[in-house]
This record gives sequence, structure tokens and C-alpha cells, in this order.
Amino acid sequence: MTHATVPRPRETPARRVSVFLSTHPRARLGLLLSAPLFWLGIVYIVALVLLLVTAFWSVDSFTGEITTEFTLDNIIEVVTGSLYQTVTLRTLGVALAVTLIDVALALPIAFFMAKVATPRMQRILLIAVLTPLWASYLVKAYAWRSVLSQDGILEWLLAPFGGSTPGYGLPATIITLSYLWLPYVILPIYAGLERVPDSLLEASSDLGGRTWPTLRLVVFPLVLPAIIAGTIFSFALSLGDYITVNIVGGANQMLGNLVYTNVGAANNLPLASAIALIPIVIIFGYLFLVRRTGALDNL
Amino acid sequence: MTETQPAIRLTALTKEFGAVTAVDHVDLEIAAGEFFSMLGPSGSGKTTVLRLIAGFEQPTGGTVELFGQDVTKRAPFDRDVNTVFQDYALFPHMSVLDNVAYGLRVRGLGRKERNERALRALASVRLEQMAGRKPSQLSGGQRQRVALARATVVQPKVLLLDEPLGALDLKLREQMQVELKEIQRELGITFIFVTHDQEEALTLSDRIAVFNDGRIEQLGTPAELYERPRSRFVADFVGTSNLFDVERSRTILGRDGHHSVRPEKMTVSRGGLDQPGVVDVPGTVVEAIYLGSGVRLVVDLDDGTRVSVLEQNDRDRMHDDERGDRVVVSWHEDDVVPLGIEALPGISG
Repeated sequence: MTHATVPRPRETPARRVSVFLSTHPRARLGLLLSAPLFWLGIVYIVALVLLLVTAFWSVDSFTGEITTEFTLDNIIEVVTGSLYQTVTLRTLGVALAVTLIDVALALPIAFFMAKVATPRMQRILLIAVLTPLWASYLVKAYAWRSVLSQDGILEWLLAPFGGSTPGYGLPATIITLSYLWLPYVILPIYAGLERVPDSLLEASSDLGGRTWPTLRLVVFPLVLPAIIAGTIFSFALSLGDYITVNIVGGANQMLGNLVYTNVGAANNLPLASAIALIPIVIIFGYLFLVRRTGALDNL
Repeated sequence: MTETQPAIRLTALTKEFGAVTAVDHVDLEIAAGEFFSMLGPSGSGKTTVLRLIAGFEQPTGGTVELFGQDVTKRAPFDRDVNTVFQDYALFPHMSVLDNVAYGLRVRGLGRKERNERALRALASVRLEQMAGRKPSQLSGGQRQRVALARATVVQPKVLLLDEPLGALDLKLREQMQVELKEIQRELGITFIFVTHDQEEALTLSDRIAVFNDGRIEQLGTPAELYERPRSRFVADFVGTSNLFDVERSRTILGRDGHHSVRPEKMTVSRGGLDQPGVVDVPGTVVEAIYLGSGVRLVVDLDDGTRVSVLEQNDRDRMHDDERGDRVVVSWHEDDVVPLGIEALPGISG
């Protein structure tokens, strides 16, 4: 028998590096993670720490310079001031309302996409959900401003039934934010439902479970982590928003507006930092609450 | 409702998926208390028939009757049949006990009562100690038994099993086969068992329907199917067969039509048996495979026909045949099974 000889791989520098890396897992890991860790460390953590630290500084009201002396004044003002309490509650209310509306809308849409629609329909719907994400946030907010205006399409649609547009204000803010964050709620729920095997739904039906018991006892507990993952998006994004409320919110302010004003017009970065801590604290509280549901494994 | 009603009656049952006819005018009656198997290769329509009986699919045509009642249009939760799924389909977020009690829960039974009954069902598959576990903490065989307990706790009239042993390893599968048979005898309900494993079907069933291309190719007891297959497909799919096409049947067997001879009905010797009613054909050993309980010999007969011979590993086996040895293959004329005249499309011997 004859053997065709296979040439040995040549000893190139690149090959030597590969050999070294394949036998040194720690070096491999270091090379893989150093760049992203640098980014995470510098850009995220340091910026957040600076924010935290700044909140404990103050501004010299005479010169407008930042005094780097430790003080709790900003924190105390933000926690006790009635303006901040009102705006915090309002922001919280808007974020909760947006989250509830989005979950209520996303559940049936995601269920239809994941379990009912044909593969072709599924793709079309997925694109339909994703497409608005390609459009500018501002354009969408202004589009809603036009829809909600006194001579807008909503008024025209509702007038024959004796209704009217809610005009600009908190309801308009809630509607617009619900629209903006809906894709972020649909997608995780859709992904969660996709992961529920059809055979589980069949098994439930087979054992005598009608539609409602099946949804309540089988589908809902299994997608609950995905639902919570979706609510984290809508809740956090709503808490931090200040543009939508500017565009369709009338005279209403949310926490983001206060931050914006204090950074800009009032030139009080320490107070702005203290205000910015409010949504951070709320989100951390929310994350802490949902941690035990396993939802964070789904993000 | 009378006792003489068949448990299941399918009439001209048809299911089309787009241009594909998965089930093609199937007529079938399954008696109450029967262990009935639907056997066939994948894509033969057997699982679709099962899903039509369960109600997961709506037929394109025909009817499904359950003890004389037309249930064709009924939803799965309105039929007295329950399914053991191929992937078991246990609810991952519920304990084993809650899984088994699920069917009772959705029927509105109180917690105490349903847990008692579920525990009893778990005891019948010897898993009562596992009641508090999650399905993910069980082995494949245990999940299989939980699925069985969950389907039987609601006392269905018919139990459908969709390749329930497919995911288990050989030892466990054989053990579960015995258990399934015992459980079926105890409950006395009709089992409809879908499998592509012919040995499993032969071992378990009272009757078997062999499916091919959406139709029932042959229906009969295991012995009938094995001893008297009526077509090349059945002869080939149920057990191993030496198939003789029309031409070879004429030259070797001197008969018209297709025929088959089982490997274990053939024997190999040096000089032939030379007995009345026995056919002796010389050939050359191509392969001798030692199986432990026996030896499988692949022999090329002198006209080129390749046959497989199964020799028992008993005391009478005096010679060790090797590759290249000249031998004589013999079989009794009574063991030649006629398979009809016309060739079946798409199947080669």
C-alpha cells in the first residue's frame, strides 16, 4: 500500500502563538477580557462612582464653583423637598403605568407570535416589532405629538364616538412611552414563550386543561421571568426619560427634567447627581425584588 | 354505550399538510383493553394518527370514534384519552406530585383529594419518594414513569403512547417494556403505542398495524406479521428477511411472485441436507459475524443472491465457517413466504 504524504504544518510565528494560547488558558482569558474589562471599568464604573461622589459635594452659590467637601445637604434636600417627592412619585407612577400597559399589550402579541402564527407570519411580525427601533426616538415622540394634538388624527378618530384626544399631559406621556418601549417588552416575552415547548401546552390540554387554566398554570409561571425581564426595560427606561415628557407632557416634569435643569440652567451638578440617584435607588430596589424570581438569568 | 363497541374506530381518516398526505384514508378498529401498536418508519403517518386520536390535529377528512361516540370535532381536553409524550412533556416548574395531580387540579378536585390520588398513582410506578422533586432532578426512566402516572391518574379510556421508550438506553427500555405491559394489564385500559422499533412492537402488542406512506400496510398479531408478512415492505421492516424478487423466486425457488425467507429458517452445512421438501443452494461465505447467542452468516449464493443466515450457537454447530468457505444454504419449502406478484414501488429487497 502506498501513502500520500501529508505535509506537516509549517512552524510560523502565528502558529507558535496559537500553540502557546491553546496550552495556557489563563493567558487566553486575559487577552479575551482585558479590553472589555477596561471599557467596563473606566467608562461605566468610574462614571457611576463620580456621579455618586459628586452628589456629596456642593456648589458655592457665590462663585458657582464646585466645593469638594463632603456634605449631605443635597441628599437631604432631595429626600425631604416636596418638589422632589412629588416628581419622584409622578415619575414612579408613569413608569409603573407604562410597564403595566406594555405587559398587557405584549403578552397577547408575543403569544400570537410564538405559538399561533405560521413561521412566515412569525417573521413578518418580528420585523414589524423591530422596525420602529430603527427610527429615531425624537421622530417617534414628535409623531405622537402630532397624533395627540387637538387637530390630530386621534381627535378625528374619536370625535364621532364622543371621545377626544387626551391632549398633552401625563396620559400623553404614558401613551407615548408605552409605544416607545413596547418592543423591548415584546421581545423578551416572545423569546421566553418560544422556549416553552408546544408539547407542554398539548400535555395540559390533553390532561383536561382548557385555555385559561393552561395559561394560568403552565404558560404564565414559565414566562414570568421573561415578563419581568421585559418590565425591567420599560420601567428603567421610563424612569430615566425626560425628552418624551418635554414633547408631549405639557408642563409636567419628571426626574430626568430636574436633572437636566440642574445640570444646565441651574449649573448645580451636585444636586443633579443627587436627583439622579433616585431612579438608581428605585431600580436597585426593583432588581433586588425580582432577583429571586430568576428573571435576571433571562436578561 | 355497550361493551362490544371498539375503543377506537377510525373511518377514512385523512390528514394533509399542504401538499403532503400524512395519513391517507385509514380505517382501523381497536378493541377495548387491547395493547395495540402502530409501527412504521419515521414519516409513515403513525404519530399523526396518534395526534388525530388525541385531538392535537384536526383531520382533513374522516372520523374518529371513541367507544362509539364521534369525537372528531372535540378539543383534546374533551376526550377521554390521554397521551404519554415522546419528550414526556412534564411541567418543569412543578414538583413531580403537582405534575401528576395536574389533570385532577384542572378538573376542580381539592388539594387533599388530588394529592392523595396522585401519590397513589406515583406509588404504582414506585416513585412516591420522588413526589417533592422537580422533573429536572429525575433520570430519564423516572421521568418516563412520572409521565405515565400523570396520564393514567385521570383514568382515561385509552392511553396513547408516542414512542415513550425512544430516549431510554437498551437495558432500561427492556425493563420499561415489562413494566408497561404490567401496568396495562392492571389498568385494563386500551394502550395505543407508537414505535419505529419492530422488536418493541412484537414484544408488547396484542396486535400491530404496520404503517407505510400514510396507510396501514398490514394489520395483525405479532406472529402473523412475522410469520406471514403480506408485502415486501412488512417482510423487510418487521424483522430481517431474505427477499427474493420475481426473477430470483423463479430461478431459485421455482415459484411466481416475490418471496421471503427468515434468516433463522435457513441453515448452513458443507454438503447440504438432501431431505424431501428442503431446498439446497450452494454459495460462498462473505462474512461471519459472531453474535454471542448465535452467528450471522452472509452468504453469496452462486447466482449472486446475497442471503443472511442466523445460526443458533448450540451444540449442533460443529463447524466454524469463515469468509471464503464453500457452503450449502438450506431451508424448508414451508418457510418460504409468498409476498404477492407485483413489486412495490420504492422498496428494494
